[in-house]
Amino acid sequence: MKRITIKRVSAAILSFGLIIVLLAGCGSGSGDPSAPAYRTVDEIKKSGVINIGVFSDKSPFGYVDEYGDYQGYDVYFAYRIGKDLGVDINFVSTEAANRIEYLQTGKVDIILANFTVTPERAEEVDFALPYMNVALGIVSPSDAVIESLDQIGPDDEVIVISGTTAETYLEKNYPEIKLQKYDTYAAAKTAFENRNGVAWANDNTEVIAFAIENEGYVVGIPSLGSQDTIAPAVTKGNESLLYWLNDEIKALGEENFFHKDYEETLLDTYGKDYEDTLVVEGGVVK
Amino acid sequence: MQSLGIDVLFKGKNFARLLEGLWVAARVSLISSAVSILLGIFMGILMAGKNRIIQGIFRVYLETVRIMPQMVLLFIVYFGTTRVFGWNLSAEYAAVIVFSFWGTAEMGDLVRGALISIPKIQYDSARALGMDEKSVFQYVILPQTVRRLIPLSINLITRIIKTTSLIMMIGMVEVLKVAQQIIEANRRTSPNAAFGVFAVVFLMYFIVCWPIGRAAAYLEKRWAE
Repeated sequence: MKRITIKRVSAAILSFGLIIVLLAGCGSGSGDPSAPAYRTVDEIKKSGVINIGVFSDKSPFGYVDEYGDYQGYDVYFAYRIGKDLGVDINFVSTEAANRIEYLQTGKVDIILANFTVTPERAEEVDFALPYMNVALGIVSPSDAVIESLDQIGPDDEVIVISGTTAETYLEKNYPEIKLQKYDTYAAAKTAFENRNGVAWANDNTEVIAFAIENEGYVVGIPSLGSQDTIAPAVTKGNESLLYWLNDEIKALGEENFFHKDYEETLLDTYGKDYEDTLVVEGGVVK
Repeated sequence: MQSLGIDVLFKGKNFARLLEGLWVAARVSLISSAVSILLGIFMGILMAGKNRIIQGIFRVYLETVRIMPQMVLLFIVYFGTTRVFGWNLSAEYAAVIVFSFWGTAEMGDLVRGALISIPKIQYDSARALGMDEKSVFQYVILPQTVRRLIPLSINLITRIIKTTSLIMMIGMVEVLKVAQQIIEANRRTSPNAAFGVFAVVFLMYFIVCWPIGRAAAYLEKRWAE
């Protein structure tokens, strides 16, 4: 009996050790200077194909239509990048959780998957100039529109989804506002429709889309809190591609490319009113 | 129909895309299962043997695979090998390696279990009839082992098939990912499409797994006679 226990324990320890070695190997490998993980603009042009990581199930930013073609706001920009580089595009379907990994291993050249710029991410990858804004928004019923946070009374409750930026932002900056938290989008939506709260705070793209899809609701506050931006990202250190992208975004600003992009891809979801709230043209955030 | 959102499957090439995705999942899981069964049988026979060192090595291997989530294995093989060795494995190779690595360990343990579950008296009786070691194994032990193994390995294969849904994390677009794409692309026009589309995906998994189960039941019955 005792022998079996010892055997099991030693096997467990050995396996654990093996995993540590494996994981440590992954960690230290990223700093290997001998082989850069990325491809320069010249190398991409020479190969004739650029690998661009996009979402394939985040309509209307990156999705696949019924003919199997990639579409959306991010993808529209990707097509233009391919055209201006004179190369074909290989779209790679990425998930929120593996975007950084894809860049660090050089398996894609650019990530255009609705990537919000944050200081933590900027340590892992290099962000080019932004092409979209994101902020928080607050939607309320059209017969009791909330246009400023002062309108929220001491007994009123605001609906949020747990774990979202809206929750952390309101808790930190407006601790006096009572929050009603729901775990899922569907639960929050039902609660809001049943008027369990006076307003619903979420990413502004989400609340704007909600107000347009559902009659009787108005986004009283379309842009609240810190303005975050969405930008293309390249592998850390890939200056050649980064500078090319920055020049491209500046040049595209002159022809109002991203407004056109919005009108082609986002207009149906967000309407004309929010074009200037969401679009960043020429990399300049106003 | 409208309320279930099954109609979105008939838009454009959606249904063909779903089938394509199913083929990706089936291809990865069937190749991996074949490799796992082959290597697993070898591993199981070695594990059931008397060599302590070999047993120890396989024990470590098995425990490693067991406590490591398949998702972590996929990331290590797909992204990790690029970071450490600079290898650029295709996503499909990486997936087959991971599922075979996992399947072999599990299969090996199943084979080992089936082998040692054969009572000692079977060996003794066979030897008493004057059979040599090779014949004992070939005519007495192996047929009994295989019969015990069938339901267990079918269980493993269906688990591999279902776990292939993780390969979307390394950029492979398999049936579940296609389903998500279809649901999202139609989010505004058919908000309830999720129900219908996932119901169809459920049926597709069933259609893949069911014949395997039937074939196993048939073999089990035939070999029992």
